[in-house]
Amino acid sequence: MNFLDYIIPIFYALGMVSVFMTLCAYSVLAERKVCSLIQRRVGPNRAKIPIVGHIPILGKILTRLGIFHPAADGLKFLFKEEITPQHVRIGYYYLAPIVALAPALTTMVVLPFGRYIDVNGMVQPIALANIDVGILFILAVSSLGVYGIVLAGWASNSKYPFLGAIRSTAQMISYELAMGLSILPVFLWAASPGSDYGLSLFGVVQAQQGLWLIIWQPISALIFLVAIFAETNRLPFDMAESETDLVGGFHTEYGAFKFGMFFVAEYAHIIMGSALFVLLFLGGWHFLPGVADPWPDGLFGILCSTSWFLLKIFFMIFFFIWMRWSMPRFRYDHVMHLGWKILLPLAVANFVFYIFLIAFIDNLTY
Amino acid sequence: MAKTKVLERKPLTFSEKTYIPQIASGLAATFVNMFKKSVTLEYPEVRPVIPENYRGVPTLVKDPKGRVKCVSCQLCEFVCPPKAIRIKPSEIVDEESDRAHIEKEPAAFDINMLRCIYCGLCQEVCPEEAIFLQDSFSLSGYTREEMVFGKEKLLKLGGTLPDNHFKWDKKKSAEENTEKDH
Ligand code: SF4
Ligand code: SF4
Repeated sequence: MNFLDYIIPIFYALGMVSVFMTLCAYSVLAERKVCSLIQRRVGPNRAKIPIVGHIPILGKILTRLGIFHPAADGLKFLFKEEITPQHVRIGYYYLAPIVALAPALTTMVVLPFGRYIDVNGMVQPIALANIDVGILFILAVSSLGVYGIVLAGWASNSKYPFLGAIRSTAQMISYELAMGLSILPVFLWAASPGSDYGLSLFGVVQAQQGLWLIIWQPISALIFLVAIFAETNRLPFDMAESETDLVGGFHTEYGAFKFGMFFVAEYAHIIMGSALFVLLFLGGWHFLPGVADPWPDGLFGILCSTSWFLLKIFFMIFFFIWMRWSMPRFRYDHVMHLGWKILLPLAVANFVFYIFLIAFIDNLTY
Repeated sequence: MAKTKVLERKPLTFSEKTYIPQIASGLAATFVNMFKKSVTLEYPEVRPVIPENYRGVPTLVKDPKGRVKCVSCQLCEFVCPPKAIRIKPSEIVDEESDRAHIEKEPAAFDINMLRCIYCGLCQEVCPEEAIFLQDSFSLSGYTREEMVFGKEKLLKLGGTLPDNHFKWDKKKSAEENTEKDH
């Protein structure tokens, strides 16, 4: 191994982080724009950057689209006064936003987001680290994000954040189970006997060259989707925040950049959730159900597959936002009821059903 | 006592219990909304239409001949609930000095816009129809002093309103007629 082998991965990682953070910033913008569209408003359309914003027609269009708003938002968070309330537990108080954001950024390491053909003509995934237990890694690490919320709630040392944190913990535990059970059939399906993919996400995508898994396993997809909504604390499951009854939930006591980090973490979770759903159920970078991989080899093919994957992610992000502005919040006991009494049994039943189905299909084919 | 009618609440059907059709219809509703025209009024560029009897900032008006209508009777000062108006009466000093010993005008007329509650009582009480709450509604200033509007500013804001009475002209011509009769 020479020196370059150490340097290049760092650049890849930096590149990915910057793309990911940009995505986060622009999903905030998308949230504001879509929300305004749904409510028949105009949305953010004023922020302007000196030179680009003053190009005659283009500048005006960009300003109207609110393209410069994320920059303004970010700067605002940076330059706001950092206020630390006196009653907080200082160490944990500062730790919480970091704990919330770090897992969301860590999970992207194993995220395959495109494919290339290697020198042997084999299809390989593009990912920072292509490990066989990708999904395990993602599940394990992304659930750590809840510690950020719990820590924030506890460290804030006041009642609303605390209630938000408790709710969030309960919700995480309840939906994690259903989520885990809902993706087991997916991996049973993907890892046919003799395949060497195991729990890797790439294997799941490759198994969807025919019809996508959302068509084969609609119930799993539904449970997974609901659980993802719950895990990301998005409406209709935003128990942790619920502005109407908990002020702001776990981030009531946070301001300025620390709040900004929670904010970015939420969107990072959304993007990860969308990416995961696309990988598991919407065929990853495959073109359409039935049309597997029409992309050419080489660099152009890499670009095509990656952008198609991104496009699907955008759609999922849009779906998340669209959902948020259509649904009212569930009541807390309804959330628990839905999680334990409906989704969990459904997930178990679904799992058992697919065990039998897959065993049956395998017996037919061998 | 009116009889209360108890409506029976129907149990949810199975499809309602799954939430899914409801969620789908909700999503459809919001999706359709996305393509409708926005109802936003982009404020500083586009101004709202102010109805005629709007109670904006109280202003002093002039009659079409350019005379200050206020005669500093101070009724508005007395009636103003939050005591926003301060008036200093004086003789009429300007050109129409023939009015001078009959009517007065304010030497200073201050309305503290931070106190004013836009109740419109001053307009109601004014015997001369000299003070009107008109259509300007957005006030701002950097200091408290700036928000105390003086006579000049109030007159500028008020402008000229049509006058049906020309009370002073009538009075004057009546006076001249009586003088002729003598
Ligand atoms: S504005 Fe009207 S009520 Fe007030 S002092 Fe002048 S004449 Fe009298
Ligand atoms: S509108 Fe009411 S509060 Fe304002 S100056 Fe007139 S009487 Fe006073």
